[in-house]
Amino acid sequence: MAELTPFLLESAEGEKFSFPGDKPSVICFVKEDCPTCNEVMPVLEAAFRSFGSAVSVLVPGQTLEGNAKLKKTHSLSVPILDDSSLKVSFAYDIDTVPSMFISDAAGNQTDALIGFVREEWQTALTRLAERTGSSAPDLDWSVLPAWRPGCGSLSVDPAIHDRLQAEAENSPLRARKIQIGSMDDEFEFMFDQGFSDGLPLVPPTPERVIRMLSGTRRDAQELVAVMPPNMGEATVEKIAINAVMAGCKPEYMPVILTAIEAICTDEYNIHGVMATTMGASPVMVVNGPIRERIGMNMKLGALGQGNRANATIGRAVRLAIRNIGGARPGGTERSTLGNPMKFTMCFAEWEERNPWGSLAQERGFKREDSVVSIFTMTSGPTLIVDQDARGAAHLGGTFGLCLESAFHPKAHFGTDVLVVVCPEHVDTFMVDNYSKADIRRRIQEVTSRPIRDLVADSVSAVGIKQAMIDRMGEGAMDRMIPKFRSEEDIHIVVAGSEAGKFSGAFHGWATGEIGSISVSRKIEE
Amino acid sequence: MVTILDPTDEREPVVRQISPRSGSISGSVALLDISKPRGNVLLDRLEVLLKDQFPKITVNRYAKPTFTKPAPESLRQEIRDNNDFVIEGLAD
Repeated sequence: MAELTPFLLESAEGEKFSFPGDKPSVICFVKEDCPTCNEVMPVLEAAFRSFGSAVSVLVPGQTLEGNAKLKKTHSLSVPILDDSSLKVSFAYDIDTVPSMFISDAAGNQTDALIGFVREEWQTALTRLAERTGSSAPDLDWSVLPAWRPGCGSLSVDPAIHDRLQAEAENSPLRARKIQIGSMDDEFEFMFDQGFSDGLPLVPPTPERVIRMLSGTRRDAQELVAVMPPNMGEATVEKIAINAVMAGCKPEYMPVILTAIEAICTDEYNIHGVMATTMGASPVMVVNGPIRERIGMNMKLGALGQGNRANATIGRAVRLAIRNIGGARPGGTERSTLGNPMKFTMCFAEWEERNPWGSLAQERGFKREDSVVSIFTMTSGPTLIVDQDARGAAHLGGTFGLCLESAFHPKAHFGTDVLVVVCPEHVDTFMVDNYSKADIRRRIQEVTSRPIRDLVADSVSAVGIKQAMIDRMGEGAMDRMIPKFRSEEDIHIVVAGSEAGKFSGAFHGWATGEIGSISVSRKIEE
Repeated sequence: MVTILDPTDEREPVVRQISPRSGSISGSVALLDISKPRGNVLLDRLEVLLKDQFPKITVNRYAKPTFTKPAPESLRQEIRDNNDFVIEGLAD
């Protein structure tokens, strides 16, 4: 037998009623503006009178004015208890009023009746009278309707429910609560506390954070990652708080949680990415069905502003790094110039416009998997402009020449690159049935330079140094060196509008073990 | 009163921190009169005491146009730019 939640409520007259007491009880939740509740008030009154001292009849009402009105309209002697805070209604998890619970003297539930079904009410109350040796409610049941649905309980009103959940004893929230004085402006306060990236934040009230947590099945206290540089504990709750501030919707949570797992891996190395003076930042690419479901942009302007999911998912991850990880400019974030992608950089791949298979598929995931991939950029998107190529070799040549400037034209083997191919350029590559491998090969081909061209000289001190040349010997000077150490350092995705022959490239950071390796993770929903 | 949840790893206390106190007075001290009656009397006396105890400091006097409103931006900037300390005669 289920034990009903104990409570202590007062009537409008200030009399205290606690449950359980020392006798069986009838508890019936009511709300004045509900017609069914008004229909059952004479029943509750009759029960109160008939049961006398054998049974407690407790009637929690959901609004103060409503309770007074019920009392007056029905000339009640049964006390209406003040549950205008709705805490007891919430604890009983009721959706509907009237909801009637009957318990034994120990507070164990014997009956639960939702709405009004005359026969059920009559049976339950008559049985209770027999059990307690009191008389059954004295009323003419036949004048009552056979059945009436109840009304929605105020405790499940969307405007109230999240607050109640946040305040409940079993609330999933554990984060420190910060009270902002009524004379203080919460937006200014959040700036002053250093929570912001420089733009206004949505105040992470408990209600909003509860709503954000509804976007994931994961437990609020589950540890998602330990986040450098502070080694802060990124729990689902802490990430949800930052997602609220960033302006996210709850359904973005799975992407954000997965992205944070990915950046906190040793391969990705968020610590180095934040600390470097080069001004690196994560670029997030989303693949799979979740793109459509949460309304991400992968077409016109995909890399730009104007789409809430793209903009706020990227921002949530960045705010989490700032607030949970503690990476703040001037602290452990040391970038010389900074870069605007540090506000946010997240977009979806237009897989359906990609004839080669998506980035995620290339990395071993299935088409039906939702995946987030993270790449570290230091520049870009730099535009690759080619309105003239009519064939793949020409266009691949342009890609190579444009990518040569990454870091410095003489810096070969220095970094990796994320190339975003626009649809019109996809079509030009497909004129000659180029595969991704063909594009990569062509880029490496046109960027290959003899070592002698990569030597530091009177124009620029950047390049291969004399000591290295001495070691290699003069014979090595004609060896050809492509821009990228490996074709695998050229990552390719498709995005953008149907019109325009403009692709883009994000130049990477130090790649490989010493720097950051692009990481992809499946999004578990 | 608005309640928000702490987005950080909670290693720092969240209160409005007061400016660090140096433990000594030097340079320029601003005395700001908010223009409540007799605030100037208090500040006159403070000025005498300050000059007496710290002969090397400069004391600059300022007044808000009215106590009912925040100090104008230009006044706040002037005080900030030209002073190391500020003492404000707050209210009666």
